[in-house]
Amino acid sequence: MSTAEMRLACKPADYTSDIKPIWCPGCGDYHVLMSFTRAFAQLALPTENIVVVSGIGCSSRMPAYMNCYGFHGVHGRSLALAAGLKVSRPELTVVVASGDGDGYSIGGNHFLHACRRNIDMTYVVMDNHIYGMTKGQPSPTTEPEFDTALSPGGTGLRPFHPLVIALASGANFIARCFSGEPNGTASVLVEAIQHPGFSFVEILSPCVTFRPDEKKWKNLVHPAPVAPTNDAAKAARRIMTDDGFNIGILYRGDRKPYQPPNGSLSCELSELEKDFEL
Amino acid sequence: MADRQSVAVAIVGSGGAGALTAGNFLLEAASAAGWQGLLSRTVGPQIRGGEAAALVRLATHPVECLPDRFDLLIGIDWLNAHRFGAEIEVGPHSLVISDPRGGEPPAGVAAAGARVVELPMKEMAKAIPDGRANMIALGVAARLLGCGVDVLSALLEKRLADKGPAAIDASRASIKAGFDAAAGFNFGLCLAAPKPSGTRRWLISGNEAAALGAVRGGVRFAAAYPITPATEILEWLAPNLPKVGGVLLQAEDELAAINMIIGASFGGTPALTATSGPGLSLMIEALGLATAAETPVVVIDVMRGGPSTGIPTKSEQADLNIAVYGCHGDAPHLVLAPQSIGDCLFTTQWATYLAEALQSPAIVLSDQFIGQARAAIDRPVDVAFIGQRFKATDIVGSYERYAIAVNGISPMAIPGTRGGQYTADGLTHTERGIPTSGECDHKAQLDKRRDKLARFNFGDHWATSEGAGDLAVITWGSLTGPTREAIARAACEGVEASLISLRLLSPTQPERFAAALDGKKRILIVEQSHSAQFHRYLRAHYDLPGAVRVLNRAGPLPIRTGEIHRAIMQWR
Amino acid sequence: MSDNAPKVASVADLFAVAYRIEADAVERYDLLADQMETHNNPELVAVFRDLSRAEGIHRDEIRRMAGGIDVVALAPAVANWSRGDSPEEADLAEAHYLMTPWHALKLALAGEERALAFFTSIVETTKDPIIKKMAEQFVEEEAEHVNLVHRLLRKHPRPAASWSSDQDPPIPQE
Repeated sequence: MSTAEMRLACKPADYTSDIKPIWCPGCGDYHVLMSFTRAFAQLALPTENIVVVSGIGCSSRMPAYMNCYGFHGVHGRSLALAAGLKVSRPELTVVVASGDGDGYSIGGNHFLHACRRNIDMTYVVMDNHIYGMTKGQPSPTTEPEFDTALSPGGTGLRPFHPLVIALASGANFIARCFSGEPNGTASVLVEAIQHPGFSFVEILSPCVTFRPDEKKWKNLVHPAPVAPTNDAAKAARRIMTDDGFNIGILYRGDRKPYQPPNGSLSCELSELEKDFEL
Repeated sequence: MADRQSVAVAIVGSGGAGALTAGNFLLEAASAAGWQGLLSRTVGPQIRGGEAAALVRLATHPVECLPDRFDLLIGIDWLNAHRFGAEIEVGPHSLVISDPRGGEPPAGVAAAGARVVELPMKEMAKAIPDGRANMIALGVAARLLGCGVDVLSALLEKRLADKGPAAIDASRASIKAGFDAAAGFNFGLCLAAPKPSGTRRWLISGNEAAALGAVRGGVRFAAAYPITPATEILEWLAPNLPKVGGVLLQAEDELAAINMIIGASFGGTPALTATSGPGLSLMIEALGLATAAETPVVVIDVMRGGPSTGIPTKSEQADLNIAVYGCHGDAPHLVLAPQSIGDCLFTTQWATYLAEALQSPAIVLSDQFIGQARAAIDRPVDVAFIGQRFKATDIVGSYERYAIAVNGISPMAIPGTRGGQYTADGLTHTERGIPTSGECDHKAQLDKRRDKLARFNFGDHWATSEGAGDLAVITWGSLTGPTREAIARAACEGVEASLISLRLLSPTQPERFAAALDGKKRILIVEQSHSAQFHRYLRAHYDLPGAVRVLNRAGPLPIRTGEIHRAIMQWR
Repeated sequence: MSDNAPKVASVADLFAVAYRIEADAVERYDLLADQMETHNNPELVAVFRDLSRAEGIHRDEIRRMAGGIDVVALAPAVANWSRGDSPEEADLAEAHYLMTPWHALKLALAGEERALAFFTSIVETTKDPIIKKMAEQFVEEEAEHVNLVHRLLRKHPRPAASWSSDQDPPIPQE
């Protein structure tokens, strides 16, 4: 089959499992799932060569709904799990699915180091500015005035700016998407997966149950006004001054992806013992 | 005076004196000459310039522990040496070499009635261009023990090659000066001639042995976060894993390290990390994940003084509880413990094999003493324990990752295998791996994970069981060595006792344990734990017949042969 | 919509696009039916399955009308909306576990109106007379669908303001 034929032969349905999601109807994650399967189909990746790794949260339920290998791990550690997997099996396509709680709160430290390490993988964070699975606590991206049970009257804390943090930490590809545009998001995911190194895609994905006010996002999102840059300083300025609803690829870096020390110098086990011989 | 079968030397010094280097050279030279030996060290809290003591035991027979007392104590200087306290005990027959300019020997020396000889090592060193007092001390020790200068000289060429010929000459001259200065000494410390063993011999630390054992067992991925006293395992793996096609990744913390190895294992690569108590605490959540998702990993815990930050540079055996019980929920998994420096290789290799065979995490409880001590050992034989995971291949139809099987082990599909797609999960799951909260599936999977361990035939390696008589001395880990010596000493005095040292702590082996205790009426448990964790563990899971006594204490002083011997002799 | 809608350069393209619109609608209504099934709203399961079946009929009709044009093979290549959903894909963000038939039909109506607008714009912009003629037929089809949905809506009154009230709180699952 030619590449073109292969691409046409792969359908998003091939990448969808028979397990029905538990997400609330109206949840943005349904669209994100569609974006994933459309992106995989476009790339014509064999289903068995994709691994979707996740932590804990609504968005982390993603792997089970896809017909690929998956690991639904513990809260906040998906990037570490994915790093060990990818470095030992570099031929696999590794995608990490997370949310603003799993990824930016408990997973914050691993986020920094994953960007810094620049291992070739794609990190997709479905940001809904709330902790959904545990019933509506503020996340690091929640607006300071948003009232919740754990933070009556709002946290009063300035929200995280994950795209800036990713840039400062060394991510090689940074994009922002909106779940309500699944085809656009799918295109971005295709590019993110193809781009070498650590690709970070934040998808604004409204929570219909705890943030019904996020329905207005579809009127706030707009394409980023300029083409992406590979100049980190330029990207930093743009990202720091955008309104949080610029959609598209914002930065494409040139860092070489992580390469472990050359393991091809294969030698016999007995060679390793020479250090100890008397 | 007859030559000795075993001599113990302590070399003490501070502020860059190089006591540890001298001790290491002594061990290495003596080992090269054919003696058996073991070296441990004790240090002050400083990173550099602190007080340090090299503790070396040389013998004509294998040694697995330090002695009750040191026969020879050389003080390059005595600054802050009192901190070592009872760790360096001397007796009336011990010889203490003291530099008159190095301060007063610790009070214990005089109190013990040891013979003290003054030797101005620092001054002698000054008389030699670039001379070193620690090399003088080394020369003294070599002469007293009957180790030739030529062996030391050859070692210098090897070990100081990168420092240049001038440094080698200076050290050589210093050693000779010390050797000559001790010419007239006749203190009966000479070692009997070494018995040639004919086998190839190694000089290795427990940490290095553990790392090599892991690689022999099939480990090809390691994640590393440094922590005393485990770091050497990771440092050995860093350059050596790539040589056999493996990879080491440095992690940002222990939370990352444990998850990285789970990821690598999920991808089909046997994986390992090494840590100590505080790190193991951080890894507990993910160990539960690995247990629930049935993803094999090996975690070496080189135990140190606890709780919390504790005593990082000292040994203890108080991580048993967290290793066995640390996970929330019911999460049975493998826990093993090496019994000596050489056994670190076998036990870690076996742990890797078991983890892969049983698709379970394995915690290997080593400790600071055997981890960081170096010993001359016979090259361990190659054993046929190489990780062989039961993999799902040629999958047709619906794949059930966690299918219930008679032996509890279900084939694992490795990513890349067509038709084997599944999502590993910490959530309770069905046989297919789909999350569920139903009681049948929950029980079925709990039974599966328990049964796969309970039904496995671990063979004879689960414990070391030797000796006779109605007294069984039960211990584990680095206390196996002193216990064995104590039993031998008692046997020389006509008192019989047997040794049972558990290498497999979890899952428990009720039938084998009962068989080992058959006919025993008295049990003496020996462990380095303030709350006697091992004793409580045995009581919880096994029937202990007859009378039970416990010899336990916290670190930092290792329980010694003499103490165990006394406990045996006092119970007749 | 115009900047991300597929370009229709031939009759084959037009058929492929029309086919894609209906095929996507079938999948979307099936997805919504599944969601309603998981969330215990059987009335809406029936509504969405009915809508899916109806779109399936439209889809199959277009395949027949296309004759020798292999719309199934052609659609993935030419019928792509670069952002957003295709016109008749019901807006997933508007789904709700307590939604009523009225809500579902409002979504269906919006979909049919979008499809109508899409084909209308082709009629208005295309320079190819054959494409224009064909597009006009599709406009008529969609207009009929719009009317049908209006008629169905008359059978389902707008629900009371409390339609989404659930006395039970959300359940934290992890």
